[in-house]
Amino acid sequence: MEPDGEKGADWGAKRGQAYLRIEGATKRFDDTLAVDDVSLAIAEREIFALLGSSGCGKSTLLRMLAGLETPDAGRIVLDGEDLAAVPAHRRPTNMMFQSYALFPHMTVEANVAFGLWQERPRLTRAEVEARVAEMLELVQMQRYARRKPHELSGGQQQRVALARSLAKEPKLLLLDEPLAALDKKIRQRTQLELVNLIERVGVTCILVTHDQEEAMTMAGRIGVMSEGRLLQVGTPGEIYETPTCRFTAEFIGETNLFRGRVEGGALACEDFPAAILLPPDAALAEGDEVWVSVRPERVRLSRAGAASSHAPDGAGCNAASGEVADIAYLGSHSVYHVRLANGRIVIASVPSVHWGDAPPPTWGDAVRVAWFAPDGVVLTR
Amino acid sequence: MKRQSFFLARGRFWVGMLPWAWMLLFFALPFALILKVSLSTPELAIPPYVPPFVMEPGAVLPHLRPDLASYRRLHDELLALGTSGADLQYLSAWGNSLLLAALTTLLCLLIGYPFAYHIARSREAARNTLLMLVMLPFWTSFLLRVYAWMVLLDSSELGLVNRLLLAAGLVDAPLQLLYNAGAVLVGMVYSYLPFMVLPLYANLVKLDQRLLEAAADLGARPWTTFLRVTLPLSRRGIVAGSMLVFIPAVGEFVIPDLLGGGDVLMIGRKIWDDFGPNQDWPMAAAVAVTMVLVLIAPIVLLHRHGRNAEEEQ
Repeated sequence: MEPDGEKGADWGAKRGQAYLRIEGATKRFDDTLAVDDVSLAIAEREIFALLGSSGCGKSTLLRMLAGLETPDAGRIVLDGEDLAAVPAHRRPTNMMFQSYALFPHMTVEANVAFGLWQERPRLTRAEVEARVAEMLELVQMQRYARRKPHELSGGQQQRVALARSLAKEPKLLLLDEPLAALDKKIRQRTQLELVNLIERVGVTCILVTHDQEEAMTMAGRIGVMSEGRLLQVGTPGEIYETPTCRFTAEFIGETNLFRGRVEGGALACEDFPAAILLPPDAALAEGDEVWVSVRPERVRLSRAGAASSHAPDGAGCNAASGEVADIAYLGSHSVYHVRLANGRIVIASVPSVHWGDAPPPTWGDAVRVAWFAPDGVVLTR
Repeated sequence: MKRQSFFLARGRFWVGMLPWAWMLLFFALPFALILKVSLSTPELAIPPYVPPFVMEPGAVLPHLRPDLASYRRLHDELLALGTSGADLQYLSAWGNSLLLAALTTLLCLLIGYPFAYHIARSREAARNTLLMLVMLPFWTSFLLRVYAWMVLLDSSELGLVNRLLLAAGLVDAPLQLLYNAGAVLVGMVYSYLPFMVLPLYANLVKLDQRLLEAAADLGARPWTTFLRVTLPLSRRGIVAGSMLVFIPAVGEFVIPDLLGGGDVLMIGRKIWDDFGPNQDWPMAAAVAVTMVLVLIAPIVLLHRHGRNAEEEQ
C-alpha cells in the first residue's frame, strides 16, 4: 500500500477534473430519507469508499449510480454524460453485488460472458471468448471456467464476480460490500489483491462497506455516511486524525469524547477534573458548546508519581489521575480503561514495548492519563 | 430420559413409515389387483373374469395361467399402426388423450406463467389475496364448474358466448362451441390452471431479485433477462406444474365426457366403457396398467432433471 499522503496528493492533482459528479442526490422510501442531498466528486481511476453502518444509505446511493434506483432529486454525471435518464442496462457502470449474485445455472465462463453478449453492436463469438479468457486469467480462474458457482469457494466466487463486472470495461466499477461474505483471514488478503487488480485495470471504483478497516485499506478516499447524509470526505488519515463531527470520530476507531463549554480559551467539562486545554488553532467563541475528541493512542499512561518523558506535564497538557479498571491485551498494544475519580472512563492505547522491562500497570493500579492539547480535536457537531 | 428418547426414536420410525404404508395400501395393493385382473380371462360371471392363478388342492404354489389376450390386443393395434382400415380404437384414444393433455399442459403453462410471475412479484401483503383468488374456484364443486362451461359454450343462440358473439355482430349464426375437442381443451385448461400456477409461484417467489438486477446491470434488456435468467431458473417450477397438469389430464374422464360428448374418445373413457357396459374387465385393467407404465417414464425422467436443477440452487 502506498502511504495515505501520496494517495491524497495523487487525487488532489486531479481534483479539478471530476470524472463522476453526484449533485444533491436524494432518495426517499415511504417516510425515510434513504439518501439526503448527497453531493460528491470523484476523479478518474480513484478508489472511493462509502463507509457507514447498515441502513445509512450507502447501498442506495450505489444502486442509484447503477441505475437500480431512481433518485427523487439530484444529478449523476459520469464522464460528462448525465445518467438520470439512462436505464440500468444501458449505463456504462457495472456492479459486483453483495454475495455476488452469480447466475447459478451458468458456468463461470457463461457468467463472465453474459454481459459481453449484451453488447451492441454485437461481438462475435471469438471476441467474447477471447475477452472471457482474458478476464479469467486476470483473476486467475482459468482452471475453473467450466465449473458452476456452487462448486466454488467464497473467494473464488468473488473473483468470478469481479471478472464478470470488469468484462465490459465499465467506466465506473461499483462494489457492494465486496468482501463481507468472506472469512476474516481471506478477507484481509483479498483486500489488497482487489486493490492491486483494480489499479492494474485502471477503472474508477466506488465501493460500499460497513467495515472501516476494509475502507481504509482499499480506498484512497472515504466518504462517511450516516442517516442518508454524507458527513465527511477525506483520505483515511484525514478521516481518522481530523474527524469533523462526533459520528466520524466515534465510528472510525475508538475515541475519548469530552463535552463542555468554552470558557477562557479552555473547555469546562464536567467529566474531567480540570478545564481541558484546547488545541491552539481552534477558532472558538466564548460559551460555544463543543466536544473534544482524543484518540486512545494519543493518551499517555504512566504510573502515578512516576516521572517519564511519556508522561507529559505542565504547560499545554491535560492530565488526570485514576485507576486501571480494565485491560485488553492485544499483543502489539494494550487498551487500558482508566477510571477517573469522578467515574469517567478514559481509554488509552499503550504499545507493549512502552513499559520496557518494568511490569505494566495492572488492575486497580493508580495511574495517570495525560495528553498534549494539540492532540485533541475540537468538534462542533 | 432414556425411555423418552427410546419412544422418540420409535415415533420417528413410525412417522417415517407412514408414507410407505400409504403407498402400499393405496397404490401398490390396488395396482397389484389391477395387474391380476389384466392377466385374467373375461367371462360372464360375477366378477366377470377368471383369475390368472388357481390354488389346486394339495399344491403348495398356485398354478399360474395368465391370459395375455388384452395386452396382445394393444400390441396388435400398435403393429397395425399405419395400415389403412385397421381398428385402432385404443391407440387413437391414447393419441387423443396424450395430445389433449399435452395441449392442456402447454396452454396452462402459457397462461399460468404470467399469473405466477405477477403474484410472485407483488407486494407480500397482496400475494396472499392473489393466491386466494387462484384457489377460489376449488371452493365450488368441480362438476358444477364443468356444467357452468356447458352453459357458457352452449351451441344454441342461448349460450352465453354465442349470445355475446351474435350481439357484437361477429357471427351470423350461433357457433358449434360445445361437444368438440376445443370445448374439452377449454374445460381442461380452466380446471387444471391452478395446479400449474401454484408450483410455479412457489418457485418464482424464491427467485433471487439480485440475479435480475445483475442481469440488468450487465446490459440485458428485460426480455433477455427473462429468457436467460428467470426462465431457466424456474425450470423446476415448470417441470412440477407440468407434471401436476399432464399426468391427471391424460386420464381425465369427466371433462371430455361432459364437454366432448361422444366426439372425443379419450383413454379414460375407454377404461370406463370396458369396466362398465362392455364388461371386459381384463381389457380395462390392461389399459390402466399400460397407462401407469407409460406415465412412469416421464415422471422418472423429470425427477432426475429436477434433482440436477436443485444442486445448482
